[in-house]
Amino acid sequence: MTDLLEIDDLKVRFPVGGGFLSSLGVGPAPSIEAVAGVSLRVKHGETYAIVGESGSGKTTLARAVAGLLTAQEGSIRFQGVELRGLPESQFRPLRRHMAMMFQDPVGSLSPRLTIKYLITEPYRIQGLKDRDLETEARRLLDMVGLSAEFAARYPYQLSGGQARRVGVARALALDPKLILADEPTAGLDVSVQGELLNLLSDLRDRLGVAMMVITHNLNVVRHIADRVGIMYLGRLVEEGPTETVFANPKHPYTLALLAANPEPDPDAVLDRIELKGEPPSLLSRPAACEFHTRCPFVQDNCAVDTPAWQAVEPDHHHRCHWPRS
Amino acid sequence: MAGPLLDIRNLSVHYRTPRGDIKALRQVNLAIPPGQIVGVVGESGCGKSTLISAVLRLMSPNARVAEGRIGFKDQDLLVLSEARMRALRGKEISIVFQDPMQAHNPVLTIGRQMADIQYRDGTSEPEKRRRAAAMLGQVGIPDPELRLDQYPHEFSGGMRQRIAIAMALMARPALLIADEPTTALDATLEVQVIHKLKALQADYGCSILFISHHLGVIAELCDEVVVMYAGEVVEQGSVRDLFHAPQHPYTRRLLECDPGRIKERTRTLPTIPGEVPDLAALPRGCVFRERCTDAIERCATEHPAWRTLSDGHHAACHVAGQAADTKQ
Repeated sequence: MTDLLEIDDLKVRFPVGGGFLSSLGVGPAPSIEAVAGVSLRVKHGETYAIVGESGSGKTTLARAVAGLLTAQEGSIRFQGVELRGLPESQFRPLRRHMAMMFQDPVGSLSPRLTIKYLITEPYRIQGLKDRDLETEARRLLDMVGLSAEFAARYPYQLSGGQARRVGVARALALDPKLILADEPTAGLDVSVQGELLNLLSDLRDRLGVAMMVITHNLNVVRHIADRVGIMYLGRLVEEGPTETVFANPKHPYTLALLAANPEPDPDAVLDRIELKGEPPSLLSRPAACEFHTRCPFVQDNCAVDTPAWQAVEPDHHHRCHWPRS
Repeated sequence: MAGPLLDIRNLSVHYRTPRGDIKALRQVNLAIPPGQIVGVVGESGCGKSTLISAVLRLMSPNARVAEGRIGFKDQDLLVLSEARMRALRGKEISIVFQDPMQAHNPVLTIGRQMADIQYRDGTSEPEKRRRAAAMLGQVGIPDPELRLDQYPHEFSGGMRQRIAIAMALMARPALLIADEPTTALDATLEVQVIHKLKALQADYGCSILFISHHLGVIAELCDEVVVMYAGEVVEQGSVRDLFHAPQHPYTRRLLECDPGRIKERTRTLPTIPGEVPDLAALPRGCVFRERCTDAIERCATEHPAWRTLSDGHHAACHVAGQAADTKQ
């Protein structure tokens, strides 16, 4: 059986302020590659987390999958259908099965519309006239643990956690197969964070919906993701089952990320791995292994040979010449 | 100097709204000793931002200080003239904001901005530039001389936040306020910024008021911790007291909720059931009672007083210090 979402060697480029010649169409237009050849699979009912620092291309990847950005190369197959180059008229029915939860919970809800209107909007967009919107609104609010009174409220009357729930309700409206969640817990307090993560795991169990979660919070990954992909400069540097990657990280960047996670204990003994320098600019990517400029374990060949995507175990891969043991 | 650098006593701040007064801060007591890093934790809406804006006296027009005093170096900031207050901001008290991407002017070079904020010093341009470069070097920006001529967009998020810290420390303030300075950064950069902040604090000997809802960061950086809930300070103590022997039920629940504490993957993460009370229509008694599992009858009628539990450890709770050790 094909997987729900299959991404192969996907590349997304953004043009950057070109010079005079490129504005005349002479010479190549300068661009940065925000997603630089990502391949991954999201299986039915699985939660896949993508972790990386800001600017690593996580959000761009999710937006390309949702068709909000155009990818220049590679392939995105959803339920076996190639999405790249698909005309909008054919994309729209597929998008029913794919929902996006945006990063800014309040900002993604129109301030002048009621919650009922907002969560039933997907039915209007998809032209599903047979539904009783009143009943649907109640059903959706109930699913995300909000009382029916919320239907009449406006977004400014919601707390951050409630706004997230409304975002989840809207994403669930059309019974999607896949939810793309961009930083679902950013800006939430720890207690509300727990509530939202519990809600997402519960929905996954009950509805069997698959999720692609974009985050830089490793605590979120540990609790909800089945598999995790670590992104650096627009490429995956490691991928595997969450527990394996947390227990046995192979790529030095993964190791540094895990070690950097601050512990809520003032007496914790921390074995930090100091990264050198700054994340490089996408305009001047380092040669060969792109992490070699910051890697604490760098060797001579790292600046010369590009490391291959290699398997430690059948489902645990990394891109490093000198993997950690 | 004897006594605390910043000494907030009994501070209440209300916002006038069409629905009535929102009592955003109520009888807040908070002291920052010289040379200490004090962290403030609490959920959104607990009054952290109102507290900062009251200290800087940059409150929104509908805010009103109902009572209290903000002592800073033996003067009450709330009664200072606006001219004196302006002289204090940036010089004696400075702030680093949450979002490093928006903290700088995008159309001026970093060097220009760093020279401009030295306007009080009356030194020559080359001297200002030299100091700016030295300060950039201190926060770990390589080739500071060259980078002075670059614009904010040419720096990464972590670097911009370190530049914001450099600028805030340039006038050698006695108090630095840091408002969730690492929220926008990933784990590796977060740690970098915390370490830098700690090292600079040791060099400069300033005090830091550090606002965050990231408990891991607080544990790593702070000497003292203040816990706020729904506009009140509910507990204050040393970082060890707070994390190892929390006394207020809210503090305990908050720590239990932190996914960072839970190493084993769980089906269900702990939460704090219930909602924060409406600050325009506060319940009688303790503000946390509705969500508290340890509440007794007295909690419904009598607002708990601020009590000292042990040396340097205080809480506002009727039951704190009694059933405390059973839960830990």
